[in-house]
Amino acid sequence: MDWLPYALLLPTVAFLSVFFVYPMVQALLISVRGEDGGFTLRHFQAMAQDTYFGDALRNSLVLTAITIPLQVALGLAIALLVNARFRGHEWFLYACAIPLGISDLAAGLIWLSVFTERGYLNAALRGMGWVSQPITFLSPEHPGWLYGAMIATEVWRATAIVMIVLVAGLQLIPKDYFETADVFGATGWRKLRYVTLPLMRPALQTALIIRTILAFQLFATVITLAGRIVPVLAGEAYFQYSQYRNPNVASAYAVVIMTLSMAITVIYLWLLRTRDVEAARG
Amino acid sequence: MTTAGRRALLGISVALLTAWVLVPLLLVAVASLTTRSQLYTWPRSIIPHPWSLETIRFFFRTQGVLESTERSLLVAVLTILLSVLVGAPAGYALSRFRFAGREGFRLAILATKTFPATILAVPLAVAFISWGLYDTLLGVAFVHTALALPFTVVITTTVFIGVPYELEEAAMTLGCNRLAAFRRIALPIALPGLAAAAIFTFVLSWNEVFAATILTVRNRTLPALVMNSVGALGSGAPLDYRFAAGFFMIIPALIIILVIRRYLLTLWGITVR
Repeated sequence: MDWLPYALLLPTVAFLSVFFVYPMVQALLISVRGEDGGFTLRHFQAMAQDTYFGDALRNSLVLTAITIPLQVALGLAIALLVNARFRGHEWFLYACAIPLGISDLAAGLIWLSVFTERGYLNAALRGMGWVSQPITFLSPEHPGWLYGAMIATEVWRATAIVMIVLVAGLQLIPKDYFETADVFGATGWRKLRYVTLPLMRPALQTALIIRTILAFQLFATVITLAGRIVPVLAGEAYFQYSQYRNPNVASAYAVVIMTLSMAITVIYLWLLRTRDVEAARG
Repeated sequence: MTTAGRRALLGISVALLTAWVLVPLLLVAVASLTTRSQLYTWPRSIIPHPWSLETIRFFFRTQGVLESTERSLLVAVLTILLSVLVGAPAGYALSRFRFAGREGFRLAILATKTFPATILAVPLAVAFISWGLYDTLLGVAFVHTALALPFTVVITTTVFIGVPYELEEAAMTLGCNRLAAFRRIALPIALPGLAAAAIFTFVLSWNEVFAATILTVRNRTLPALVMNSVGALGSGAPLDYRFAAGFFMIIPALIIILVIRRYLLTLWGITVR
Protein backbone atom coordinates (compact mmCIF):
# COMPACT_ATOMS: atom_id res chain seq x y z
CA MET A 1 0.00 0.00 0.00
CA ASP A 2 2.98 2.33 -0.49
CA TRP A 3 1.11 4.27 -3.15
CA LEU A 4 -1.90 4.99 -0.93
CA PRO A 5 -0.70 8.22 0.74
CA TYR A 6 0.37 9.60 -2.63
CA ALA A 7 -3.00 8.73 -4.16
CA LEU A 8 -4.68 10.57 -1.27
CA LEU A 9 -2.51 13.66 -1.80
CA LEU A 10 -3.06 13.64 -5.55
CA PRO A 11 -6.39 15.56 -5.62
CA THR A 12 -4.96 18.40 -3.51
CA VAL A 13 -1.76 18.60 -5.54
CA ALA A 14 -3.66 18.51 -8.84
CA PHE A 15 -6.19 21.12 -7.71
CA LEU A 16 -3.58 23.50 -6.36
CA SER A 17 -1.49 23.09 -9.51
CA VAL A 18 -4.38 24.26 -11.69
CA PHE A 19 -5.84 26.95 -9.44
CA PHE A 20 -2.76 28.10 -7.58
CA VAL A 21 0.56 27.42 -9.28
CA TYR A 22 -0.76 27.99 -12.79
CA PRO A 23 -2.25 31.46 -12.06
CA MET A 24 0.91 32.52 -10.23
CA VAL A 25 2.98 31.65 -13.30
CA GLN A 26 0.35 33.24 -15.53
CA ALA A 27 0.46 36.48 -13.52
CA LEU A 28 4.15 36.74 -14.38
CA LEU A 29 3.54 35.88 -18.05
CA ILE A 30 0.58 38.22 -18.58
CA SER A 31 2.47 41.11 -17.05
CA VAL A 32 5.31 40.81 -19.60
CA ARG A 33 3.44 39.62 -22.70
CA GLY A 34 2.87 42.05 -25.56
CA GLU A 35 0.02 42.02 -28.08
CA ASP A 36 2.20 40.05 -30.51
CA GLY A 37 2.91 37.50 -27.78
CA GLY A 38 6.50 38.62 -27.35
CA PHE A 39 8.27 39.81 -24.21
CA THR A 40 7.68 43.42 -23.21
CA LEU A 41 8.13 45.65 -20.19
CA ARG A 42 5.50 48.05 -21.51
CA HIS A 43 2.90 47.06 -18.87
CA PHE A 44 5.32 47.67 -16.03
CA GLN A 45 6.20 51.03 -17.58
CA ALA A 46 2.50 51.85 -17.91
CA MET A 47 2.05 50.91 -14.26
CA ALA A 48 5.04 52.94 -13.08
CA GLN A 49 3.88 55.99 -15.05
CA ASP A 50 0.33 55.75 -13.76
CA THR A 51 -0.65 58.74 -11.59
CA TYR A 52 -1.65 56.45 -8.75
CA PHE A 53 1.30 54.03 -8.71
CA GLY A 54 3.76 55.98 -6.59
CA ASP A 55 1.14 56.89 -4.00
CA ALA A 56 -0.23 53.33 -4.00
CA LEU A 57 3.20 51.84 -3.33
CA ARG A 58 3.95 54.39 -0.63
CA ASN A 59 0.54 54.04 1.06
CA SER A 60 0.73 50.24 1.07
CA LEU A 61 4.18 50.31 2.65
CA VAL A 62 3.35 53.05 5.18
CA LEU A 63 0.05 51.48 6.25
CA THR A 64 1.77 48.10 6.63
CA ALA A 65 4.61 49.61 8.65
CA ILE A 66 2.20 51.39 11.02
CA THR A 67 -0.51 48.76 11.47
CA ILE A 68 1.64 45.67 11.99
CA PRO A 69 3.52 46.79 15.12
CA LEU A 70 0.19 47.94 16.60
CA GLN A 71 -1.43 44.60 15.75
CA VAL A 72 1.46 42.63 17.22
CA ALA A 73 1.49 44.69 20.43
CA LEU A 74 -2.27 44.42 20.88
CA GLY A 75 -2.37 40.76 19.83
CA LEU A 76 0.40 39.97 22.31
CA ALA A 77 -1.43 41.79 25.09
CA ILE A 78 -4.63 39.82 24.40
CA ALA A 79 -2.73 36.53 24.14
CA LEU A 80 -1.01 37.12 27.49
CA LEU A 81 -4.33 38.06 29.10
CA VAL A 82 -5.98 34.91 27.72
CA ASN A 83 -3.05 32.90 29.01
CA ALA A 84 -3.62 34.30 32.51
CA ARG A 85 -6.63 31.92 32.56
CA PHE A 86 -8.92 34.20 34.52
CA ARG A 87 -12.56 33.22 34.96
CA GLY A 88 -14.33 33.78 31.66
CA HIS A 89 -11.15 33.86 29.57
CA GLU A 90 -12.81 31.62 26.95
CA TRP A 91 -15.44 34.31 26.34
CA PHE A 92 -12.79 36.98 26.16
CA LEU A 93 -10.95 34.89 23.56
CA TYR A 94 -14.17 34.46 21.57
CA ALA A 95 -14.97 38.18 21.65
CA CYS A 96 -11.48 39.07 20.48
CA ALA A 97 -11.64 36.39 17.75
CA ILE A 98 -14.90 37.67 16.20
CA PRO A 99 -13.15 39.92 13.66
CA LEU A 100 -11.54 36.77 12.19
CA GLY A 101 -14.91 36.13 10.56
CA ILE A 102 -15.36 39.67 9.26
CA SER A 103 -14.27 40.69 5.78
CA ASP A 104 -12.20 43.76 5.00
CA LEU A 105 -15.26 45.08 3.17
CA ALA A 106 -17.62 44.69 6.15
CA ALA A 107 -14.98 46.10 8.51
CA GLY A 108 -14.64 49.16 6.30
CA LEU A 109 -18.41 49.69 6.33
CA ILE A 110 -18.55 49.27 10.12
CA TRP A 111 -15.92 51.95 10.68
CA LEU A 112 -17.49 54.15 8.04
CA SER A 113 -20.45 54.44 10.42
CA VAL A 114 -18.00 55.94 12.93
CA PHE A 115 -15.94 58.22 10.70
CA THR A 116 -18.40 59.39 8.06
CA GLU A 117 -19.40 63.05 8.21
CA ARG A 118 -22.72 62.37 9.99
CA GLY A 119 -21.20 59.43 11.84
CA TYR A 120 -20.84 58.43 15.46
CA LEU A 121 -17.57 60.23 16.05
CA ASN A 122 -18.99 63.60 15.00
CA ALA A 123 -22.18 62.86 16.95
CA ALA A 124 -20.11 62.09 20.06
CA LEU A 125 -17.92 65.17 19.62
CA ARG A 126 -21.02 67.32 19.31
CA GLY A 127 -22.62 65.58 22.29
CA MET A 128 -19.61 66.66 24.35
CA GLY A 129 -19.91 70.16 22.94
CA TRP A 130 -16.53 70.06 21.17
CA VAL A 131 -17.81 70.76 17.65
CA SER A 132 -20.87 72.56 16.33
CA GLN A 133 -20.49 71.58 12.67
CA PRO A 134 -19.50 68.06 11.60
CA ILE A 135 -15.87 67.55 10.57
CA THR A 136 -15.31 65.80 7.22
CA PHE A 137 -12.75 63.31 8.53
CA LEU A 138 -12.59 61.22 5.35
CA SER A 139 -11.43 63.85 2.90
CA PRO A 140 -8.11 64.86 1.33
CA GLU A 141 -8.05 67.94 3.59
CA HIS A 142 -7.58 65.68 6.62
CA PRO A 143 -4.91 63.12 5.61
CA GLY A 144 -4.17 62.40 9.27
CA TRP A 145 -7.77 61.46 9.97
CA LEU A 146 -7.96 59.43 6.77
CA TYR A 147 -4.91 57.41 7.74
CA GLY A 148 -6.15 57.20 11.32
CA ALA A 149 -9.49 55.75 10.22
CA MET A 150 -7.79 53.12 8.06
CA ILE A 151 -5.31 52.20 10.76
CA ALA A 152 -8.09 51.89 13.36
CA THR A 153 -10.08 49.65 11.00
CA GLU A 154 -7.14 47.42 10.13
CA VAL A 155 -6.00 47.13 13.74
CA TRP A 156 -9.57 46.35 14.80
CA ARG A 157 -10.08 43.72 12.09
CA ALA A 158 -6.74 41.97 11.77
CA THR A 159 -5.34 41.90 15.32
CA ALA A 160 -7.42 38.74 15.83
CA ILE A 161 -5.26 36.64 13.55
CA VAL A 162 -2.04 37.75 15.26
CA MET A 163 -3.66 37.02 18.61
CA ILE A 164 -4.74 33.50 17.61
CA VAL A 165 -1.28 32.57 16.34
CA LEU A 166 0.29 33.94 19.54
CA VAL A 167 -2.19 32.17 21.86
CA ALA A 168 -1.39 28.91 20.06
CA GLY A 169 2.33 29.67 20.38
CA LEU A 170 2.00 30.37 24.11
CA GLN A 171 0.31 27.04 24.65
CA LEU A 172 3.30 25.24 23.14
CA ILE A 173 5.65 26.58 25.84
CA PRO A 174 6.15 23.87 28.46
CA LYS A 175 5.00 24.95 31.94
CA ASP A 176 8.35 23.85 33.44
CA TYR A 177 10.06 26.95 32.08
CA PHE A 178 7.78 29.21 34.07
CA GLU A 179 8.10 27.04 37.16
CA THR A 180 11.90 27.17 36.89
CA ALA A 181 11.74 30.94 36.47
CA ASP A 182 9.57 31.10 39.60
CA VAL A 183 12.04 28.99 41.54
CA PHE A 184 14.82 31.42 40.63
CA GLY A 185 12.62 34.28 41.80
CA ALA A 186 11.90 35.87 38.41
CA THR A 187 8.93 38.20 38.56
CA GLY A 188 6.31 39.36 36.04
CA TRP A 189 8.23 41.64 33.71
CA ARG A 190 11.51 39.69 33.75
CA LYS A 191 9.65 36.44 33.13
CA LEU A 192 7.97 38.01 30.12
CA ARG A 193 11.19 39.52 28.79
CA TYR A 194 13.55 36.58 29.33
CA VAL A 195 11.32 33.51 29.21
CA THR A 196 8.01 34.08 27.40
CA LEU A 197 9.05 36.35 24.54
CA PRO A 198 12.16 34.42 23.44
CA LEU A 199 10.19 31.16 23.45
CA MET A 200 7.44 32.79 21.43
CA ARG A 201 9.80 33.80 18.66
CA PRO A 202 8.56 31.16 16.16
CA ALA A 203 4.93 32.15 16.78
CA LEU A 204 5.79 35.84 16.47
CA GLN A 205 7.58 35.13 13.23
CA THR A 206 4.58 33.26 11.82
CA ALA A 207 2.22 36.02 12.89
CA LEU A 208 4.44 38.65 11.28
CA ILE A 209 4.71 36.77 8.00
CA ILE A 210 0.99 36.05 7.72
CA ARG A 211 0.00 39.58 8.68
CA THR A 212 2.48 41.28 6.38
CA ILE A 213 1.45 39.25 3.35
CA LEU A 214 -2.21 39.91 4.12
CA ALA A 215 -1.46 43.62 4.62
CA PHE A 216 -0.44 43.95 0.98
CA GLN A 217 -3.86 42.62 -0.02
CA LEU A 218 -5.49 45.56 1.71
CA PHE A 219 -8.06 47.09 -0.62
CA ALA A 220 -11.74 46.92 0.40
CA THR A 221 -11.17 48.70 3.73
CA VAL A 222 -9.44 51.56 2.00
CA ILE A 223 -11.98 51.86 -0.80
CA THR A 224 -14.97 51.85 1.56
CA LEU A 225 -13.42 54.56 3.74
CA ALA A 226 -11.62 56.70 1.20
CA GLY A 227 -12.54 55.64 -2.32
CA ARG A 228 -9.41 56.37 -4.31
CA ILE A 229 -8.17 59.32 -2.26
CA VAL A 230 -5.66 56.96 -0.66
CA PRO A 231 -4.68 54.50 -3.43
CA VAL A 232 -3.12 51.16 -2.42
CA LEU A 233 -1.52 48.43 -4.55
CA ALA A 234 -4.31 45.83 -4.43
CA GLY A 235 -6.90 48.56 -4.93
CA GLU A 236 -5.11 49.68 -8.10
CA ALA A 237 -5.06 46.08 -9.37
CA TYR A 238 -8.83 46.09 -8.83
CA PHE A 239 -9.36 49.45 -10.59
CA GLN A 240 -7.08 48.46 -13.48
CA TYR A 241 -8.98 45.23 -14.04
CA SER A 242 -12.57 46.17 -13.14
CA GLN A 243 -12.76 49.77 -14.32
CA TYR A 244 -10.13 50.03 -17.08
CA ARG A 245 -10.31 46.41 -18.35
CA ASN A 246 -6.55 46.19 -18.41
CA PRO A 247 -5.50 42.71 -17.23
CA ASN A 248 -1.84 43.27 -18.16
CA VAL A 249 -1.33 46.26 -15.90
CA ALA A 250 -3.48 44.60 -13.22
CA SER A 251 -1.13 41.59 -13.43
CA ALA A 252 1.87 43.88 -13.15
CA TYR A 253 0.38 45.13 -9.87
CA ALA A 254 -0.17 41.51 -8.78
CA VAL A 255 3.49 40.76 -9.52
CA VAL A 256 4.58 43.78 -7.45
CA ILE A 257 2.43 42.54 -4.55
CA MET A 258 3.81 39.02 -4.89
CA THR A 259 7.42 40.26 -5.01
CA LEU A 260 6.96 42.49 -1.96
CA SER A 261 5.30 39.66 0.01
CA MET A 262 8.10 37.25 -0.80
CA ALA A 263 10.85 39.78 -0.12
CA ILE A 264 9.44 40.63 3.29
CA THR A 265 8.97 36.97 4.20
CA VAL A 266 12.63 36.34 3.36
CA ILE A 267 13.65 39.37 5.43
CA TYR A 268 11.72 38.09 8.46
CA LEU A 269 13.24 34.62 8.12
CA TRP A 270 16.71 36.11 7.73
CA LEU A 271 16.28 38.40 10.74
CA LEU A 272 15.27 35.45 12.88
CA ARG A 273 18.23 33.42 11.65
CA THR A 274 20.79 36.05 12.62
CA ARG A 275 19.15 36.41 16.01
CA ASP A 276 19.53 32.68 16.57
CA VAL A 277 23.22 32.89 15.74
CA GLU A 278 23.65 35.76 18.20
CA ALA A 279 21.79 33.81 20.83
CA ALA A 280 24.06 30.82 20.25
CA ARG A 281 27.15 33.03 20.58
CA GLY A 282 25.73 35.03 23.46
CA MET B 1 2.18 45.09 42.59
CA THR B 2 -0.34 43.76 45.08
CA THR B 3 -2.63 40.90 44.12
CA ALA B 4 -5.68 43.15 44.32
CA GLY B 5 -4.00 45.78 42.15
CA ARG B 6 -3.03 43.17 39.62
CA ARG B 7 -6.57 41.79 39.48
CA ALA B 8 -7.98 45.27 38.95
CA LEU B 9 -5.50 45.92 36.14
CA LEU B 10 -6.42 42.62 34.51
CA GLY B 11 -10.13 43.39 34.80
CA ILE B 12 -9.76 46.86 33.30
CA SER B 13 -7.60 45.63 30.41
CA VAL B 14 -10.04 42.83 29.59
CA ALA B 15 -13.02 45.21 29.73
CA LEU B 16 -11.33 47.81 27.51
CA LEU B 17 -10.20 45.29 24.91
CA THR B 18 -13.62 43.60 24.81
CA ALA B 19 -15.26 47.00 24.32
CA TRP B 20 -12.77 47.88 21.56
CA VAL B 21 -13.88 44.78 19.62
CA LEU B 22 -17.59 44.78 20.42
CA VAL B 23 -18.60 48.47 20.38
CA PRO B 24 -18.08 48.98 16.61
CA LEU B 25 -20.25 45.89 15.99
CA LEU B 26 -22.94 47.37 18.20
CA LEU B 27 -22.67 50.74 16.44
CA VAL B 28 -23.20 49.32 12.96
CA ALA B 29 -26.12 47.26 14.26
CA VAL B 30 -27.69 50.45 15.65
CA ALA B 31 -26.95 52.31 12.41
CA SER B 32 -28.79 49.70 10.40
CA LEU B 33 -31.80 50.16 12.70
CA THR B 34 -31.82 53.93 12.09
CA THR B 35 -33.89 55.52 9.31
CA ARG B 36 -32.12 57.11 6.37
CA SER B 37 -33.36 60.60 7.20
CA GLN B 38 -31.87 60.32 10.69
CA LEU B 39 -28.57 59.05 9.27
CA TYR B 40 -28.27 62.25 7.23
CA THR B 41 -29.52 64.83 9.76
CA TRP B 42 -27.35 67.13 11.83
CA PRO B 43 -27.13 67.26 14.76
CA ARG B 44 -27.23 63.52 14.76
CA SER B 45 -28.20 61.53 17.82
CA ILE B 46 -26.46 58.26 18.55
CA ILE B 47 -29.56 56.42 19.69
CA PRO B 48 -32.18 56.33 16.92
CA HIS B 49 -35.70 57.54 17.68
CA PRO B 50 -37.70 55.80 16.59
CA TRP B 51 -35.94 52.48 15.96
CA SER B 52 -36.83 51.30 12.48
CA LEU B 53 -36.42 48.43 10.06
CA GLU B 54 -36.66 50.83 7.11
CA THR B 55 -32.91 50.74 6.42
CA ILE B 56 -32.67 46.96 6.48
CA ARG B 57 -35.80 46.69 4.32
CA PHE B 58 -34.32 49.17 1.83
CA PHE B 59 -31.14 47.09 1.58
CA PHE B 60 -32.96 43.86 0.87
CA ARG B 61 -35.23 45.54 -1.68
CA THR B 62 -32.26 46.97 -3.57
CA GLN B 63 -31.96 45.27 -6.91
CA GLY B 64 -29.63 42.28 -6.90
CA VAL B 65 -29.21 41.90 -3.13
CA LEU B 66 -31.39 38.83 -2.68
CA GLU B 67 -30.07 37.16 -5.82
CA SER B 68 -26.45 37.79 -4.87
CA THR B 69 -27.07 36.53 -1.33
CA GLU B 70 -28.42 33.34 -2.87
CA ARG B 71 -25.34 33.13 -5.11
CA SER B 72 -23.01 33.68 -2.15
CA LEU B 73 -24.67 30.82 -0.29
CA LEU B 74 -24.44 28.56 -3.34
CA VAL B 75 -20.76 29.39 -3.90
CA ALA B 76 -20.06 28.72 -0.22
CA VAL B 77 -21.76 25.32 -0.38
CA LEU B 78 -19.89 24.39 -3.57
CA THR B 79 -16.63 25.51 -1.95
CA ILE B 80 -17.30 23.39 1.13
CA LEU B 81 -18.05 20.29 -0.96
CA LEU B 82 -15.03 20.78 -3.22
CA SER B 83 -12.56 21.56 -0.46
CA VAL B 84 -13.63 18.63 1.74
CA LEU B 85 -13.67 16.19 -1.19
CA VAL B 86 -10.26 17.33 -2.43
CA GLY B 87 -8.56 18.18 0.86
CA ALA B 88 -9.80 15.64 3.43
CA PRO B 89 -7.98 12.68 1.77
CA ALA B 90 -4.72 14.64 2.03
CA GLY B 91 -5.45 15.39 5.69
CA TYR B 92 -6.11 11.70 6.29
CA ALA B 93 -2.84 10.73 4.56
CA LEU B 94 -0.84 13.22 6.67
CA SER B 95 -2.41 11.95 9.88
CA ARG B 96 -1.90 8.22 9.17
CA PHE B 97 1.20 7.64 7.08
CA ARG B 98 4.87 8.49 7.23
CA PHE B 99 6.10 8.72 3.67
CA ALA B 100 8.84 10.35 1.64
CA GLY B 101 7.87 13.91 0.69
CA ARG B 102 5.54 14.34 3.67
CA GLU B 103 7.43 17.30 5.13
CA GLY B 104 7.78 18.90 1.70
CA PHE B 105 4.04 18.65 1.18
CA ARG B 106 3.34 20.14 4.61
CA LEU B 107 5.63 23.07 3.88
CA ALA B 108 4.01 23.65 0.50
CA ILE B 109 0.59 23.69 2.18
CA LEU B 110 1.87 26.17 4.76
CA ALA B 111 3.23 28.40 1.99
CA THR B 112 -0.01 28.36 0.01
CA LYS B 113 -1.93 29.32 3.16
CA THR B 114 -0.36 32.74 3.13
CA PHE B 115 -0.76 33.35 -0.59
CA PRO B 116 -3.28 35.99 -1.42
CA ALA B 117 -6.31 36.03 -3.69
CA THR B 118 -5.00 39.31 -5.08
CA ILE B 119 -2.33 37.48 -7.04
CA LEU B 120 -4.54 34.63 -8.27
CA ALA B 121 -7.63 36.53 -9.32
CA VAL B 122 -6.46 38.50 -12.37
CA PRO B 123 -4.64 35.66 -14.20
CA LEU B 124 -7.52 33.29 -13.38
CA ALA B 125 -10.00 35.76 -14.83
CA VAL B 126 -8.01 35.69 -18.07
CA ALA B 127 -7.85 31.88 -18.03
CA PHE B 128 -11.52 31.51 -17.05
CA ILE B 129 -12.62 33.50 -20.09
CA SER B 130 -11.09 30.86 -22.36
CA TRP B 131 -12.23 27.96 -20.15
CA GLY B 132 -15.83 29.19 -20.09
CA LEU B 133 -15.71 29.65 -16.30
CA TYR B 134 -15.67 33.46 -16.25
CA ASP B 135 -18.67 35.01 -14.49
CA THR B 136 -19.86 31.60 -13.28
CA LEU B 137 -20.47 30.55 -9.69
CA LEU B 138 -18.45 27.38 -10.25
CA GLY B 139 -15.46 29.50 -11.26
CA VAL B 140 -15.69 31.57 -8.06
CA ALA B 141 -16.09 28.35 -6.05
CA PHE B 142 -12.90 26.95 -7.63
CA VAL B 143 -10.90 29.98 -6.54
CA HIS B 144 -12.39 29.92 -3.05
CA THR B 145 -11.53 26.23 -2.85
CA ALA B 146 -7.93 27.00 -3.78
CA LEU B 147 -7.85 29.55 -0.94
CA ALA B 148 -9.59 27.21 1.53
CA LEU B 149 -7.71 23.98 0.73
CA PRO B 150 -4.61 24.62 2.85
CA PHE B 151 -6.89 25.19 5.86
CA THR B 152 -8.98 22.11 5.07
CA VAL B 153 -5.86 19.97 4.89
CA VAL B 154 -4.49 21.34 8.17
CA ILE B 155 -7.73 20.98 10.11
CA THR B 156 -8.58 17.51 8.76
CA THR B 157 -5.06 16.34 9.65
CA THR B 158 -5.67 17.42 13.24
CA VAL B 159 -9.13 15.88 13.24
CA PHE B 160 -7.92 12.48 12.03
CA ILE B 161 -4.96 12.51 14.44
CA GLY B 162 -7.65 12.72 17.14
CA VAL B 163 -9.27 9.51 15.89
CA PRO B 164 -7.23 6.55 17.23
CA TYR B 165 -5.86 4.47 14.37
CA GLU B 166 -6.14 1.38 16.61
CA LEU B 167 -9.91 1.52 16.16
CA GLU B 168 -9.56 1.32 12.38
CA GLU B 169 -7.00 -1.49 12.71
CA ALA B 170 -9.34 -3.38 14.99
CA ALA B 171 -12.13 -3.04 12.42
CA MET B 172 -9.79 -4.33 9.73
CA THR B 173 -8.81 -7.40 11.76
CA LEU B 174 -12.53 -8.01 12.26
CA GLY B 175 -13.03 -8.26 8.51
CA CYS B 176 -13.58 -4.71 7.27
CA ASN B 177 -11.49 -3.63 4.33
CA ARG B 178 -9.63 -0.31 4.63
CA LEU B 179 -12.40 1.72 3.04
CA ALA B 180 -15.14 0.17 5.18
CA ALA B 181 -13.03 0.68 8.32
CA PHE B 182 -12.64 4.34 7.41
CA ARG B 183 -16.31 4.81 6.54
CA ARG B 184 -17.75 3.00 9.54
CA ILE B 185 -15.23 3.88 12.25
CA ALA B 186 -13.06 6.93 11.51
CA LEU B 187 -15.58 9.02 9.60
CA PRO B 188 -18.35 9.10 12.24
CA ILE B 189 -15.85 10.05 14.96
CA ALA B 190 -14.30 12.69 12.72
CA LEU B 191 -17.59 14.30 11.69
CA PRO B 192 -17.68 17.17 14.23
CA GLY B 193 -14.17 18.20 13.25
CA LEU B 194 -15.02 17.97 9.57
CA ALA B 195 -18.07 20.13 10.27
CA ALA B 196 -15.78 22.74 11.80
CA ALA B 197 -13.62 22.67 8.67
CA ALA B 198 -16.77 23.12 6.57
CA ILE B 199 -17.93 26.06 8.68
CA PHE B 200 -14.56 27.76 8.44
CA THR B 201 -14.68 27.31 4.68
CA PHE B 202 -18.13 28.90 4.66
CA VAL B 203 -16.83 32.04 6.38
CA LEU B 204 -13.87 32.25 4.03
CA SER B 205 -16.07 32.03 0.96
CA TRP B 206 -18.86 34.27 2.32
CA ASN B 207 -16.30 37.00 3.08
CA GLU B 208 -14.10 36.80 0.01
CA VAL B 209 -14.22 40.09 -1.87
CA PHE B 210 -11.33 40.47 -4.28
CA ALA B 211 -11.54 37.32 -6.42
CA ALA B 212 -15.34 37.42 -6.49
CA THR B 213 -15.24 41.04 -7.66
CA ILE B 214 -12.72 40.33 -10.41
CA LEU B 215 -14.25 37.05 -11.60
CA THR B 216 -17.90 38.07 -11.90
CA VAL B 217 -19.83 40.68 -13.85
CA ARG B 218 -23.49 39.73 -13.92
CA ASN B 219 -23.40 36.87 -11.43
CA ARG B 220 -22.05 38.86 -8.51
CA THR B 221 -21.79 37.33 -5.06
CA LEU B 222 -22.93 39.54 -2.18
CA PRO B 223 -19.49 40.99 -1.28
CA ALA B 224 -18.80 41.57 -4.99
CA LEU B 225 -22.13 43.35 -5.40
CA VAL B 226 -21.59 45.55 -2.34
CA MET B 227 -17.96 46.21 -3.29
CA ASN B 228 -19.03 47.31 -6.70
CA SER B 229 -21.74 49.66 -5.50
CA VAL B 230 -19.39 51.16 -2.93
CA GLY B 231 -16.19 51.16 -4.99
CA ALA B 232 -17.46 52.25 -8.38
CA LEU B 233 -15.68 55.45 -9.36
CA GLY B 234 -17.81 58.54 -9.25
CA SER B 235 -20.92 56.95 -7.80
CA GLY B 236 -21.80 55.78 -4.37
CA ALA B 237 -24.46 53.78 -2.59
CA PRO B 238 -26.30 55.75 0.15
CA LEU B 239 -25.20 55.35 3.74
CA ASP B 240 -28.22 53.30 4.81
CA TYR B 241 -27.40 50.72 2.13
CA ARG B 242 -23.78 50.59 3.28
CA PHE B 243 -24.53 50.15 6.98
CA ALA B 244 -27.23 47.54 6.42
CA ALA B 245 -24.85 45.67 4.08
CA GLY B 246 -22.04 45.79 6.64
CA PHE B 247 -24.32 44.54 9.38
CA PHE B 248 -25.88 41.77 7.28
CA MET B 249 -22.51 40.46 6.12
CA ILE B 250 -21.14 40.08 9.66
CA ILE B 251 -24.10 38.17 11.14
CA PRO B 252 -22.87 34.73 10.01
CA ALA B 253 -19.42 35.49 11.45
CA LEU B 254 -20.76 36.12 14.94
CA ILE B 255 -22.49 32.75 15.07
CA ILE B 256 -19.86 30.78 13.22
CA ILE B 257 -16.83 31.92 15.20
CA LEU B 258 -18.76 30.91 18.31
CA VAL B 259 -19.45 27.45 16.91
CA ILE B 260 -15.88 26.73 15.79
CA ARG B 261 -14.05 28.52 18.61
CA ARG B 262 -12.48 25.22 19.73
CA TYR B 263 -10.75 24.88 16.38
CA LEU B 264 -9.52 28.45 15.95
CA LEU B 265 -6.13 27.63 17.41
CA THR B 266 -5.68 24.66 15.10
CA LEU B 267 -6.49 26.67 12.00
CA TRP B 268 -3.93 29.38 12.40
CA GLY B 269 -1.71 28.15 15.18
CA ILE B 270 0.77 26.22 13.05
CA THR B 271 4.21 27.73 13.34
CA VAL B 272 6.72 27.91 10.51
CA ARG B 273 9.66 25.77 11.53
